[in-house]
Amino acid sequence: MEGFMYPNEVELQWGILIVLYPFLTGLVAGAFILASLERVFRVEEVKPTYRLSLLTALAFLIVAPLPLQLHLGHPERSLEMYLTPHRSSAMAMFGFVYLWYLMAVLVVEIWLDYRRDIVRLAESSRGVKGLLYRALTLGSYNISPAALRIDDRVGWIITLIGIPSAFLLHGYVGFIFGSVKANPWWSTPLMPVVFLFSAMVSGIALVLLMYMVTSAMRRVAVDMRCLDTIAKYLFYTFVIDFALEMLDLIHRIYESDESFRSLDFMVHTRLFYSQILIQIFLGTLAPLALLSLTQMITFPAAARRRIYAIASVLTLVGIFAMRWNVVIGGQLFSKSFLGYTTYKVGFVTREGLLPAVALMILPFAILYVLIKILPPWQEESPFVAEAHGDD
Amino acid sequence: MGEFKDIAHLIRLAGVFLLGLIFFLVFRSVTIPKSFGRYGPFRGAALVELSSRPLSFAGHAACENCHPDVAALKANGVHKSLNCESCHGPLAKHADDPGNVKPVLPDVAQLCIRCHSENIAKPAGFPQVNAKEHSGGQACNTCHQPHSPGFDAGGKK
Ligand code: HEC
Ligand code: HEC
Ligand code: HEC
Ligand code: HEC
Repeated sequence: MEGFMYPNEVELQWGILIVLYPFLTGLVAGAFILASLERVFRVEEVKPTYRLSLLTALAFLIVAPLPLQLHLGHPERSLEMYLTPHRSSAMAMFGFVYLWYLMAVLVVEIWLDYRRDIVRLAESSRGVKGLLYRALTLGSYNISPAALRIDDRVGWIITLIGIPSAFLLHGYVGFIFGSVKANPWWSTPLMPVVFLFSAMVSGIALVLLMYMVTSAMRRVAVDMRCLDTIAKYLFYTFVIDFALEMLDLIHRIYESDESFRSLDFMVHTRLFYSQILIQIFLGTLAPLALLSLTQMITFPAAARRRIYAIASVLTLVGIFAMRWNVVIGGQLFSKSFLGYTTYKVGFVTREGLLPAVALMILPFAILYVLIKILPPWQEESPFVAEAHGDD
Repeated sequence: MGEFKDIAHLIRLAGVFLLGLIFFLVFRSVTIPKSFGRYGPFRGAALVELSSRPLSFAGHAACENCHPDVAALKANGVHKSLNCESCHGPLAKHADDPGNVKPVLPDVAQLCIRCHSENIAKPAGFPQVNAKEHSGGQACNTCHQPHSPGFDAGGKK
């Protein structure tokens, strides 16, 4: 602690779990928006990742509320949010956005897309697995072309509804921070937009990475056309995201309101590593430079794969750092602008590093199970052009 | 029924959602307390329960009735805006039965610094002292009369 802090500011109320929360929902929204691209705008190139993106979104969405539950304690009370909704609380209404997105969009879309596979698996599997698939068919085994055509139509409409829903889901997270008018570090109408674009960036990077990793694990060739297209999207959304963040920064510097000196000092001291070095240089400028290189120069496929992998990992690190700087940064300075505190992460505490790491691994475990139940791999794509390298 | 054949599974899906909704509504009506939402997002009956609890504060006016000397002293001093019970604590029991319930006098060493110890978070105009330097270790009420601690309005002890 340094200078003067109000008594309730000395200890941070929102720790690493609250950092994790927007990070996870961001991945959900990003992965879904990538999947929707294929569906709504019929971008054939990214088709190999369509189902993988949906399952990734679902796995992360299931985990997304857990950090909040762990942070607040009393998970059984979260039900009250639905039973007795409080209409003037943004956080309470978010529960409905979440439920809508989970049940009405993601689950239905996945179900419709997988119905043919589910019916076939229900007919061919026995035991518990067979029971599960038979339950998933809801007792209807009609996969006639006419029925599937209707599914496709309905799925398309749901995706169309899903895109604004995904925007809402993550715009909302940004809104919750952006609307805290007492906190100058958060309070900006740009916050939802910045969160949204950074969500898309992180989700696309995650799917890119997951696609490469799962392909390597299954020992099949990656579809380079798909990879190149996703990387291109990653690059463009990242440019927009970066531009927005810079806009926010320039606006703050130009406006220089009464909080500016305090925040500026914080960025140069407490947040120097996480904001300037990790978020901006390592997590934004470096992947942007790598991606723009691949847009200008045609590298051989193996090199492109490596560059994409490195750029995606850096991107994810950068976006995580961005969430960190928003959430933690917003609590390091006193609202009196006279002092600064420090954040110490516990380890084996309820809101410590260990549960955070566990919550970060959990979606991958869920994804693994989902992939086992609903294999996302379509009949081998016709575009597999280049042989798969060593990675 | 023939024309619905190809959307039968969608109807079933809608049925599942409908079942879920019905379950939700039933669950809601069973679990939510009857008086919830009568006055706002809380249990209306809670107000009755709270108001039936015994009072702990008697209020300024009650004290002044029986302690007019202190009230007069205070009314002319710098502490005129303070409520008796903000220093003396809740004393409804004493006000009801002064003969049997005798209040414990506040511990001056704790009391005054609660409001007057120096802190830059306080408005600059509020009187505040560094207790150790200012009092030289003596109790505040050796020099200040608690009910009128200023020195201008004849409050000197
Ligand atoms: C019904 C009349 C009555 C009311 C109302 C009343 N008091 Fe008293 N109070 C008395 C009497 C009588 C005594 C003296 C009791 C004794 O000395 O045994 C007393 C004693 C006290 C004492 C202790 C004095 C000492 O020398 O120890 C304090 C302090 C005090 N009252 C504060 C208050 C405050 C504060 C209130 C308002 C919440 C209040 N009183 C309301 C009648 C009242
Ligand atoms: C700023 C805090 C403060 C306020 C406000 C205050 N008192 Fe006191 N009062 C004290 C303290 C401290 C003592 C004890 C003095 C001592 O130990 O010598 C005291 C003592 C008393 C006593 C005991 C006799 C005496 O005069 O020392 C009575 C009676 C009393 N207060 C009544 C009241 C009443 C009635 C009010 C409201 C009109 C009131 N007080 C408001 C701090 C306060
Ligand atoms: C509940 C809070 C509170 C407590 C407890 C309290 N005071 Fe005060 N005091 C005040 C307020 C409010 C003022 C008036 C400030 C103003 O006029 O702006 C004041 C004014 C004063 C002043 C006048 C300062 C000046 O500018 O002349 C003195 C001296 C003082 N208090 C001494 C004491 C002493 C001694 C005690 C302990 C018996 C005490 N106070 C307990 C709130 C408190
Ligand atoms: C040795 C006598 C003495 C003692 C003990 C004492 N004071 Fe004072 N206090 C004074 C005098 C004299 C003044 C007025 C002159 C001044 O402003 O310094 C004063 C002024 C104050 C003021 C007004 C300061 C301002 O800036 O307007 C406050 C508040 C105060 N005292 C609180 C306390 C508190 C709290 C204690 C107990 C920790 C205490 N005093 C103990 C003598 C004393």
